[in-house]
Amino acid sequence: MNFSEVFKQSNQLCKVSPDGKYLATCVQYRLVVRDVSTLQILQLYTCLDQISHMDWSSDSLFILCAMYKRGLVQVWSLEQPDWHCKIDEGSIGLVSSRWSPDGRHILNTTEFHLRVTVWSLCTKAVSYIKYPKACQKGIDFSRDGCYMALAERRDCKDYVSVFVCDDWHLLRHFETETQDLAGLEWSPNGCVLAVWDSCLEYKVLLYSLDGRLLSAYSAYEWSLGVKSVTWSPNSQFLAIGSYDEKVRILNHITWKKITQFEHPSSINNTKAVVYKEVEKRTAVGSDDLSLHITIGTALYNTRSKYEICPSPVQIPVVKPDPDRANPKIGVSSLAFSSDSRYLATKNDNMASVVWVWDMQKMSLVAVLEQTSAVRCFQWDPCRPRLALCTGNTTLYLWSPAGCVSVQVPTEGGFQVQSLNWHRSGDSLMLLGKEQLCLCYMDTDQEDK
Amino acid sequence: MSKTSYCAYLTGFISPEVKDTCSSSVECRSPPLIQFSQSSVPLHRNYILSTFCTEHNVQECLSHINQEVSSLGLPPVWTESSGSSEMNVMAVLNCMYDLIQLHHRGLRTLENMEVEQLKSSSNVDHLHCLSLLKLILNEQLELSKRGNTGLLERERQLHLKVKSLQNCLKNEKDEVQKLQNIIASRASQYNHEMKRKEREFTKLKERLNQLLVDKKEKKQAIDVLNNIGRADGKRSLWKTQKTEAKHEGEMYKTLLSDYDTRQREMLLENAELKKVLQQIKKEMVSILSLRKPIRKDDKHPDAGIQDEEQVFDSSKESVGLFSVHAREKLTNSIRLQWRRLKSHVERLDSQGSLYMGENKTDDAISRETHEEEMDRLKLEIQPCKDFIQTQQQLLQQQLSSPCDEETTSLLSNCYMLQERERFREEWKTLEKQRNLFERERRNCTEAAISINSRHASHSLPCARKKVCCLYLHKP
Repeated sequence: MNFSEVFKQSNQLCKVSPDGKYLATCVQYRLVVRDVSTLQILQLYTCLDQISHMDWSSDSLFILCAMYKRGLVQVWSLEQPDWHCKIDEGSIGLVSSRWSPDGRHILNTTEFHLRVTVWSLCTKAVSYIKYPKACQKGIDFSRDGCYMALAERRDCKDYVSVFVCDDWHLLRHFETETQDLAGLEWSPNGCVLAVWDSCLEYKVLLYSLDGRLLSAYSAYEWSLGVKSVTWSPNSQFLAIGSYDEKVRILNHITWKKITQFEHPSSINNTKAVVYKEVEKRTAVGSDDLSLHITIGTALYNTRSKYEICPSPVQIPVVKPDPDRANPKIGVSSLAFSSDSRYLATKNDNMASVVWVWDMQKMSLVAVLEQTSAVRCFQWDPCRPRLALCTGNTTLYLWSPAGCVSVQVPTEGGFQVQSLNWHRSGDSLMLLGKEQLCLCYMDTDQEDK
Repeated sequence: MSKTSYCAYLTGFISPEVKDTCSSSVECRSPPLIQFSQSSVPLHRNYILSTFCTEHNVQECLSHINQEVSSLGLPPVWTESSGSSEMNVMAVLNCMYDLIQLHHRGLRTLENMEVEQLKSSSNVDHLHCLSLLKLILNEQLELSKRGNTGLLERERQLHLKVKSLQNCLKNEKDEVQKLQNIIASRASQYNHEMKRKEREFTKLKERLNQLLVDKKEKKQAIDVLNNIGRADGKRSLWKTQKTEAKHEGEMYKTLLSDYDTRQREMLLENAELKKVLQQIKKEMVSILSLRKPIRKDDKHPDAGIQDEEQVFDSSKESVGLFSVHAREKLTNSIRLQWRRLKSHVERLDSQGSLYMGENKTDDAISRETHEEEMDRLKLEIQPCKDFIQTQQQLLQQQLSSPCDEETTSLLSNCYMLQERERFREEWKTLEKQRNLFERERRNCTEAAISINSRHASHSLPCARKKVCCLYLHKP
């Protein structure tokens, strides 16, 4: 495993282009484009204000930089550095900005979610979509880029509009049976739209592409409901994480629950492997000083490794404040591996634990207990390998063969706050608070 | 305590019916003294003027009386020795007095005995009363015991009921608490949402105010250096009904293709599973048919059907994949075979357990011998493993031990050392031989040259040439 040197970035805005060749980072009001393998700076662009959001177009030719405070969006071209494009939303303000799947339209959501403006970079034409809903996830594009689903709210009722991304033709518009729609997501095959209600009501609705209601699922009433939803990459499973600390899996044939995964505070399962991170603090004045010189001059070197705990294992639970809204309890993060074989989950009141489930056997395979709260975890896009970070200087990797923790060898410590895999699965982008580091994997798997 | 008061005391315990009998018995029993005085009268009443002694039988009477008196232990009244037939009046009077005394004594004893008798009868009555009382009390005790058990039973049932009600209460309380928690969380969620909406509303109002006040309205605008082509390179089309219909068509095509793939996948899966089932069925049938000739005690009444089934199914294999009836037939036959196999295995199990108790047969290997065998093999393996390990260690040591330059250079090609030495030796001998040959050749050439010069005068051209050629061609 090799680590690159550390680069500066601001706002966690670092993205690799969709074709995997370039890395774009934002530093205050500058946009820096580098080559992914050599990390040489290829282009440097300057925007008019601090960049709030940055994204690549789908063909990796253009980058949009949105400055929400100024209500501006600037688009840069990789091929033609002289080309410029500036979209000014004027007094109406700007709250979010994104590319359309064809890479030639920009959708801006105005302040207060008054409307969504669709700007065309080909024709300079403008379209408006009224009454978009301000919710957790109100817009989603299908994976093939053909359709866009938009949540709307009119007259205290929720609607979903399906647009054809080609010419923004409204294909379907239907009312949903939700009290307060919180989010929608296309299945990876683009044929089913999952729509879920806010946490006050547990309701997940499945609509076909042509607007027919295929199924409605509700696990229970009254208690706080759905917290997170995710599709498996093969579109066969829909995983629903809820506030009752359980994940329910629906199958794509009957849309009924086939199993549920629970997150108990004491694990008695002998088939699952429980990895516990154990920290070892070694003072610098020890015998193996030679080893430490390369790593850094910190006073204490916190090295951690994994230990396997025999069952039964007690998981530390933090009880959330009952009086606060959006309590820190329930399954908030779900992620399927790329082959849909594994599902990684995180329960918010056991924030330092990641659970890995096997979808073939429908059982728990591994539990990773870290020393601090897990901030981010992501599956390798090519193989069943999970990378996670907890805000310290260590990178953790799990695969069915075992678990490994790697210290990020940077001077002055690099707190890994989030990570992103490269689409080839050969490298990882680690983001700190204001730093960025690339980690290149070895071609062979690492064992514990 | 007098009898009446004693009876009265008893009546306090006894039930009214008994009381009556007792009191009545009291009443009918008259006091003994009165009875005694009454008894004296009958003696007097029963007194009959006796015709015992007459003028004729005086002597006999006298002698009889004498006998009687003497039998009573009194002095005789008349002795025959006195010549007079006149009775001794004194003796007679004494006798009479004695008799009267006896009589009084007798009466007294009778009186005492009567008293005693009365006493004992009253005792008997008393005991009788007591036994009656005891019976009554026993009965009452039984009743009260029964009543008590009944009450205990009721109390136990009530306890159980109380417990179950308490449980219900606890459950209800828990439920109430849970609902309260839910309400509280929902309320906090609603409040949070309300506050958020209110904040947004206020921001909206502020912005509206600002916009109304603002003179200069910033319009929306896009500024592009030059229009860029579409990603797919095609020209964009006008939005017409045709394009709309095209979009609809494409949407339905996507859906249909998705359904198609799904159906195909399911068909494949179905076919796979059916194949597996067929295979399982075949294997089960083969297992069962293998066992049939060995077991003579079992009867297979439907053996004929089994074969029939086999024949039937194999002929309709391809059709069976698609018709409902064939599907049902397959599943039913699988279930039948499975049941048979299960019963067969159960029978084997029971037979096996029987064998465990008896002597071991050739086929059956008991668990103990198996385990013994395993242990023995393990013991055998262990020293081999240790040996291999020590060898490995030594090898490792050998390879990793630090050595100086000489030894490393020696060791670097140690495997070929022997061969290299051999080759060196051979090379040396070959060199020697080569040198020898060289010398000989030189000698020969010199000899040839001298011979040539000597034969130059003699005329032997042919021989010379030959000789020259002979010697010159030898390098």
